[in-house]
Formats: sequence, C-alpha cells, structure tokens
Amino acid sequence: MISVRRRVLALACMASSLALGACSGGQSADSGSGGDGIAVGVLQSLTGTMAISEITVKNAEMLAIEEINAAGGVLGRKITALVEDGASDPSTFAQKASKLIEDNGVATVFGGWTSASRKAMLPVFERTGNLLWYPVQFEGNECSPNIMYSGAQPNQQALPALQWAVGQGYKSYFLIGSDYVYPRTANLILKKHIEKDGLKVAGESYVPLGGTDFSGVIAKIQQAKPDIIINTLNGDSNVAFFKQMQAAGLSPTRLPVMSFSIGEQEAQAMGPRLVEGSYASWNYFQSLTLEDNAKFIAAYRKKYDANAAITDPMVHGYLNVYAWKAAVEKAGGFDPEKVRKAAATLGSFATPMGPVSFAANQSLVQKAYIGRLKADGQFEILSDSGEAIQPEPYDPLAFPGKSCTL
Amino acid sequence: MDSVALFLPQLFNGLSVASLYLLAAVGLALSFGLMRVINMAHGEMLMLGGYLAWLTLMVVPGAFGILLALPVAFLGTAAIGALVHMGLIRRLADRPLDTLLATWGLSLILQQAARDLFGAIGVEVRAPDWLAGSISLGDVVIPSARLMIIVMTLLVLGGIALMLNRSRIGLDIRAVNQDRMMASATGINVRKVELTVFCAGAGVAGLAGVLLALLGPVTPNAGQVYIVPAFLVVVMGGLGSLTGTSMAALILGLFSALAQIFFDVSIAQMLMLVLVILFLQIRPQGVVAVRSRALDV
Repeated sequence: MISVRRRVLALACMASSLALGACSGGQSADSGSGGDGIAVGVLQSLTGTMAISEITVKNAEMLAIEEINAAGGVLGRKITALVEDGASDPSTFAQKASKLIEDNGVATVFGGWTSASRKAMLPVFERTGNLLWYPVQFEGNECSPNIMYSGAQPNQQALPALQWAVGQGYKSYFLIGSDYVYPRTANLILKKHIEKDGLKVAGESYVPLGGTDFSGVIAKIQQAKPDIIINTLNGDSNVAFFKQMQAAGLSPTRLPVMSFSIGEQEAQAMGPRLVEGSYASWNYFQSLTLEDNAKFIAAYRKKYDANAAITDPMVHGYLNVYAWKAAVEKAGGFDPEKVRKAAATLGSFATPMGPVSFAANQSLVQKAYIGRLKADGQFEILSDSGEAIQPEPYDPLAFPGKSCTL
Repeated sequence: MDSVALFLPQLFNGLSVASLYLLAAVGLALSFGLMRVINMAHGEMLMLGGYLAWLTLMVVPGAFGILLALPVAFLGTAAIGALVHMGLIRRLADRPLDTLLATWGLSLILQQAARDLFGAIGVEVRAPDWLAGSISLGDVVIPSARLMIIVMTLLVLGGIALMLNRSRIGLDIRAVNQDRMMASATGINVRKVELTVFCAGAGVAGLAGVLLALLGPVTPNAGQVYIVPAFLVVVMGGLGSLTGTSMAALILGLFSALAQIFFDVSIAQMLMLVLVILFLQIRPQGVVAVRSRALDV
C-alpha cells in the first residue's frame, strides 16, 4: 500500500516536472543579448489549437525586428527577440509573460491572440508596468495603459460587418462562437445592435475552444433557418465547423457565413474550397493594392515561404514592432510609460494596410473592409468603410456610460 | 427553440458521436482488459490515422482514395502499435504506472514529430464528393460522412466480435483475459496475444482517425480531443468488455448529443462528466462487470 502511494506521489511529481519542462525552454533568435542589444519578447502560441493562426504572426513580428536591425536598430541598439510559446493556454501566456519581463528583462512584449490569453497576461503587465503590443481584433470592454491594442475594436470589425449584412437585406442572424470572452462579448454587442435595428437573433451557440463536435449546433442552425451566420469561432474549430456544415448540405454558398477569425492563412490551411464564398471582415486583406503591402508581402515570402498567405493579424503584429520603434525614438528611451505616451501621439505612419495612427485610448485608427473568399484563398474586397474609424473600446449600447481615458 | 423537432436529428448525431467514441475507445478497452496497460498515446494513433489518410489522398487523389486510406491507416497504425508494444509496453509489463508515464511521454513525442514533419497548422483532408453531401429523410438531414462513420463502426464491431468469438486467436484472447497465468500454462503464447490485441486496438484507432478527418481538422493535437471521452467510455463500460464499451459509448454519445438540444456544448460536456461520476457511484464496476483474474489485484 505504501509503495503504491509512493509511486503515485512520484508519478505526480514527475508529471508536473515533465509538464513544466515541456513548456519551458524559449529560444533566442539572435545571439548577442549583452552589450548594446535591447531585448524584446515575442509571445505567441507555437503549439496547440491556436498555432494555426499565431505562428505566422510571430513570423511577421520577427520579420519587422530583422528589418529594423538591418537598418541599424532602435536608437542605435540591435533588437534581440526572445521567442516564447504560449501553447494556446492562457495560464502559460501569463507565466511566459512574467518570465520574459522579470527574468529576461525585456523592454516590451509583442504577442497574444485570444482574449483569454490577453486577459491572463494583463495583470502581469500592470504589475510590472511593462507594455504589451496586441495584434488581434478583440471585443473591447477593456482599456489598460499597459496594452497597445492595434487589432480592431468591435466598432472596427464586428459592427461594420453587421452594417454590411443589414445593407444586404439579411434579417435573421445566427451567432456561433468559441466559448470564451471574445465571442461572448462580441455577440453581446452584436445582439444589442441587431435588436436595435429591429432584426432577429435566430440563435446563439458556443463550443469550447478547440472543440470539434458541431452536430448539435448544426441541428439548431437547421431548425432556426437564419439568413446568415456570424462566426466567431477561433482556431481549428473552424475546420470542423465548415466540414460538418458542408456534410449537412449547408456550404457557405447556400447559407452565408460571416467570419471574424478566418483570414487568408486559415482559408489556405482549411482548403479554400471548403470556405469559398464565405465572408470576412478585417482591417487588412492581402488583396489590397497598396505599394507598402506589395513590399511587405514580397519580404515575408522571401524570408519564410514563397506561397505564404498574409493576414490581418500578421500585418498588425508587423506594424506593432515599427510603431514601438517609432515611439521609442520619439520618447528617446525604452521606458514603457514614456513609450506608450509617445505611441499615442505619433500621428499617422505608413503600414502595409495604409496609413494608420494610434488614438489616445491606445487603439488603432483604421479602416474596415468586407471581403468574400474566392477559390484561390484570396478575398475579393466588397466594400470598405471609406474613412478610417476611430476606435471605441466601449460600445455605447452594450456598455453605456463607460469610457476609456488613459 | 423547438426541442421536439431537434430530437430526431440529434438522435442520429448522437449515434455518430457514439461511433467515434467507440472506435477511439475499443483499443483502449481491449488492451486495458488484457494487459492492465493504460495507453496514453492512444489518441496519437487517431492523429496518425488522419495523417495517413492525407498521405494516401496525396498519392491516390480520386473519389475513392478515402476507401483506400482506411486499410492504409489501419495497417499503418497497427504497425506503429506493434513497435510501441515491442519497444515499450512489453518491457514495462509489470510496472503499470511506469507504462502510464512512458506512453504519455510517447504521446508528446509523437505530437511533436507530427508537428515537425507536417507543420503545426494541420493538413487538409477533403471528403470526396460522394461523402460530402447529405441524404434527406423527411425533415431529418443525414450527412453521408456521419452515416459512413456509423456503418464503419458497425463493421469494425462485427469484425472484432467475430474475431473474439469465432477465431483461434479470439479464443486465446478470451483465455488470457480470464486468467493469464493459467492460459500461459496451457501453452498459449501470451505475448503474441497481447501484441495482436494491441495492434488491432491501434489499427482501429487509426481507422477512427480517417473517419474523424472527414468531420474535423487533422492537426498534431487531433487525438487529444478524443482521448478523454475515450477514457470515460472505457471506465464507464467496465474495463475490458466489448459489450460494456459499446453500451457506454452509446450512452455517452446519445447523452452528449441530446443534452446539446437544451444546453451549450460546454455545459453538455460538463453534464457528461457528471453523468459518468454519478453512474460510477451507483455502479462502480461499469455497465458490464468483467470477472477477470487480470483485474484481481
């Protein structure tokens, strides 16, 4: 009996040390961290369900760092990137953020994708006074001085998508998402706006992040017979969702789907034929005809993969690094407090998605585009918002009376 | 929402979910019953099955490539199962806890190997056109892919039942299952029996991987999603019983699908765990109690 208990204890010890061992061991991309280098963290999921999307964001961030180093660095110092794997797990993100800041002493961190990962990292950044550059669209309802939110606020992605759908005459909406804070909050905002417009929410369903069983959800969609599905699923779940929708005879050409997390890269990985005809709302499409965009695509493809698909979060990740560099140079130093204030007053700067700027609430002023996926995995741009949209972290309908002043 | 109208389609969906649970669990159940081995790398056999399907479809793209992928995945994962058994499990035969750890390590190694070989992003396995559609029966739309999964599961179950009850090796398996020492004393090659069962279990998981690829993503983590329900099925079924495992898979698959009429998928999963806990409180020996010396510790 005792020996069994001992074995169980030993097992537990080994299991926990193995688990820790498996997660540690970040790689340093450049040597020469001493002397005149400046260390920054790059923290994305390189493994797990989010790897499908996040690895290329890491690549884009690394590309920017490499380009900046080739051009002489920041304030004459070369950037050393410390790459860590958040492993699609919020607590791993928090742990790695704390390691980067407190053990490695990085000046700033680029990374995060799911809002769950951002929410988990937020206390670490607030405690240490460091600065996170977050590249992905999110649900708003958060406003921290320690995060630069370059991804779309709800009024820069979700609401333009809804406006477009209303304009197309869709009256009945089915909301489906992964079960965490972004889809839940985004759908809360969408529901308020759908109801305000006098339209109908035909149903709302959530599946755990990484979940692959959509049988029940699809049965509900078949019953509810919506005009359009608004899809906030994240990661691999999308593959399962579209496969099972197709198997049930509901391909995106028969029942329109508007997705907020499917870009060119995800479409390519899923097989464009599976998602052909589905809609997406982003601040950037690879098919944008801009000179800076062509340059970025060429540089990325030269470094990584000649056929690589380029997505909105990759461009946000890339522009974050350049925005940090510009802010550091404006502030004349690496102190995160000064850098964030400098970033918010940088004014307009050129990016692959055209000129953008940071607003006083540390979110990006940017345009929104609606695109339809073609068979080659690229989006045909159907409409754009015209003017750049001012970011609104707190939707006035869903969160009345709240505002963001930093 | 009209929950009565949802009942029939969900009944069918439940059957297809149960089929996948069963295919994922049957290898675990058999090898646990026989060897008391908890194979943590079993989920990776599903994952490998998915990748083997992808490789087969690269070589034979046509409409019936997926049919060829089934035997390829079965034999491929069975061969890997043989390697695992001979290289790892046999050597740790008398140390069940060490097997648990070693196979878990193996599962991490296989996941990382798949990541390095095929990329972290996953690969595309497209259902051929004849499997991509659906059949309408009145109001109920039955996806062909799910129908195929149910049919394959019935075939596999029939095959295993035939093997266990009608063949020489099946007789040996039942003998070893009942009393390993005694079976060995009568001249049955216990190691060969164990190897056969382990390979067959891995092969069935590989088959499940191909079928899963019709409905879900093929990624290095694909096996992880199904390993927990598979363990639940094994525990609830009564360790090592084919009938019990089938019934438990059916109960859990149907329960999860029907619960989704009223709740979100997250809540349905939680309720499924609650169901298993309650069930084991009332009936700790599982659906079918197996009298096996192998389990008398």
